Amino acid sequence: MGWFNRSRSKPAAQGKTKSEDMWVVCPSCEAHVFKEEWHKGLKVCPKCNFHDRLTCHERVKLILDTGTWHELGGSVSTTDPLEFVDGKGRYADKAEAAKEKTGLNESVLTGRGKISGRRIVMAVMDFRFLGGSLGSGTGEKILRAATYALKHKLPYIVVSASGGARMHEGIVSLMQMAKTCAGIARLHKARIPYISILTHPTTGGVSASYAMVGDINISEPGALIGFAGRRVIEETIKQKLPDDFQTAEYLLDHGFIDSIVNRSEMKDYLMNVLRYWRAR
Amino acid sequence: MSMDFEKPLVELEEKMAELVKLNENEDVKFDTEIAELEKKMKSISKKTYSKLTPWQTVQVARHSQRPLIRDYITGMCSEFIELHGDRCFGDDQGIIGGFAKIDDVRVMLIGHQKGKTVEENIKSNFGMANPEGYRKALRLMKLAEKYRIPVLSLIDTPGAYPGLEAEARGQAEAIARNLMEMATLETPIVVVITGEGGSGGAIGIGVGDVVLMLSNSVYSVISPEGCASILWRDGSKAPVAADALKLTAESLLELGVIDEIIKEPSGGAHRSYSEALPAVKETILRHLEKLSKVSGRKLTERRFDKYAKIGRF
Ligand SMILES: [Zn+2]
Repeated sequence: MGWFNRSRSKPAAQGKTKSEDMWVVCPSCEAHVFKEEWHKGLKVCPKCNFHDRLTCHERVKLILDTGTWHELGGSVSTTDPLEFVDGKGRYADKAEAAKEKTGLNESVLTGRGKISGRRIVMAVMDFRFLGGSLGSGTGEKILRAATYALKHKLPYIVVSASGGARMHEGIVSLMQMAKTCAGIARLHKARIPYISILTHPTTGGVSASYAMVGDINISEPGALIGFAGRRVIEETIKQKLPDDFQTAEYLLDHGFIDSIVNRSEMKDYLMNVLRYWRAR
Repeated sequence: MSMDFEKPLVELEEKMAELVKLNENEDVKFDTEIAELEKKMKSISKKTYSKLTPWQTVQVARHSQRPLIRDYITGMCSEFIELHGDRCFGDDQGIIGGFAKIDDVRVMLIGHQKGKTVEENIKSNFGMANPEGYRKALRLMKLAEKYRIPVLSLIDTPGAYPGLEAEARGQAEAIARNLMEMATLETPIVVVITGEGGSGGAIGIGVGDVVLMLSNSVYSVISPEGCASILWRDGSKAPVAADALKLTAESLLELGVIDEIIKEPSGGAHRSYSEALPAVKETILRHLEKLSKVSGRKLTERRFDKYAKIGRF
C-alpha cells in the first residue's frame, strides 16, 4: 500500500530551462503542450486525453457553482500517533513541510457547496499532500463530512486521489478504512446519495475503502485505479502485466466503475445523475 | 524452522528429547538431569519471551508451528460445518468459514487459512485471500445476521493476494464492501488476531465489536520488510521498521485499536497448544456472552462510535 510507486505519477520534466518553462510534457504520451493551452484545457492532454492531477482547489472550481464553496472541518489537521521516525527523519516534520508546500492541513479538503443550484457536501483529496495518503486526519475529515451530509440530508461526493494508507501512521491509518466506510454505510442506510469519483491515482487502502463503494463510481480517462502496486504484482506472479492494467478503462471493462467521464463534462454528469434522487 | 533468538531454548529442547528417549531404553535413569533441564528450559524461555523485540514478535507471529485456523477449530469447536463458495466465482481457500459450536455457543466462524505444509500452503495461498474469499466471508456474515448467531473472525494473513486476477475481480471492491457491511451488521462480531494481521487483507474481515489479539501476534498497515524498502530504501532495515510501526499487541492496546490481549504461554503459542487454545476459547466465550445481551441496533451504534473515535481529535 505504498505511495509513489508508479513512474507515471512523477513529474516528467525535471530539468528546467527557459524554453521548457513554456511547455508541459504530458506524463502519459510525453507530448509537448504549451503551458497556457494545458491549463486552459483543465490539464487534459490535447493529444492523448490523459487527465493529469488537479489540486483540490482546482477540482472545487471545476465542479461547484462559483462562490458557493464553504470549507468544513478546517480545524482538523495531521497527527502523529506513532511518533514515527524513518530513515529520512520525523514524520511530524514531513507533515509540516507538506502543509507549508500546499497550504492544506491534510490530504483532503472538505466542505459544502452547490452544483447547478443543488446543495451537496464534497470531499476532495489532493495528491500533493503526502501522496494523498490516508492519514487519521484524512479519515476524520471524510467521516465528519459524511456525518454532515447525513445530518443535513445532502448528497455526498468524494473525489479520491491517493497512493493509499499512510505508513507513518501505521495501524491508525489502516483503521481509517473502517472508520470512513462506517460513515458511508450510514449514508446508504439513510438513502442519501454517495458518489465516488476515482481520479488518477486511486490505489491501496483508499481504493479498498470509501472510493470503491459509491452508489455510482466514476473516473476520468486513463486514471490509475487498483489495490496492489504494479511492481508488487509483477514480482508475485512473475509475469508482465497488460498495458491497460489498472486503468479506468480496465475497471470499466471489469465492472467496477459506472462511467469514465471527461473532465469538461464532469459537472454536468453529476448534475444529471443527482436529478434522479427523489425524482418521484 | 527455528528463530535465531530461540536457539538456546531449541537446543535445550533437543537435548531434553534425547534424554527422554534414553530414559526409556537404558537401565540408567536420568530423572534428576531431566528435572534440572526442565527448570533451566522454563527460566530461559521466560527470559527470552518476556522481552521480545517487535521484530522477534513478527517472527513468532509467522512461526510455521503456530496454531492455525484448523487447529483452533479442532481445539475449540465440537462441531464445524464448513460452507463453501461466494456464489459469484468460486471457493477461495485463503479464507474459510462455516457454522461452528464452541461449548454450547453456536457461531459463524470465518478466518484466514494458512497451512503447515507446502501442499497446504499452496492450496490456501499462504493465507492470502482472493476477492472471492472476502465475498464468501461476507455471504457467511450476512447468513449469521439472518440466523441471529454471532460472527467469530480469526485473522492470520500476510495480506490480500496481490495478483492479476485478484485485481481483475475487484480485490479493492471486495474489501471495501466488507468494511461497509461489517459496520452495520446487526449481530455481534468478535475478531481475534491470532498471528499476522496483514493490512487491508486483515481488516477486510476484521471490523468488530471486540478485537482481541494474542500476545505474540502482530497487526500492521504494511509488512516491516515492505515499509523498510519504501521508507528506508533498504529491506534489511525491517527490524527498525517493525519497531517504528508499533505493530505489537501492547502498542495496539495503547493506541486503542484492540480491546484485550490474550496471553500466550511462555515460549509462545507454538510451544503449547494445550495451554494457548483454552485461553483463547475462554476469552472469546466471555465476550460473546456479554455481547449476546446487546440488541443488533445498539451493537451497530456502538461499533460506529468505536471506529469513529480512532485517531486523536
Ligand atoms: Zn498525452
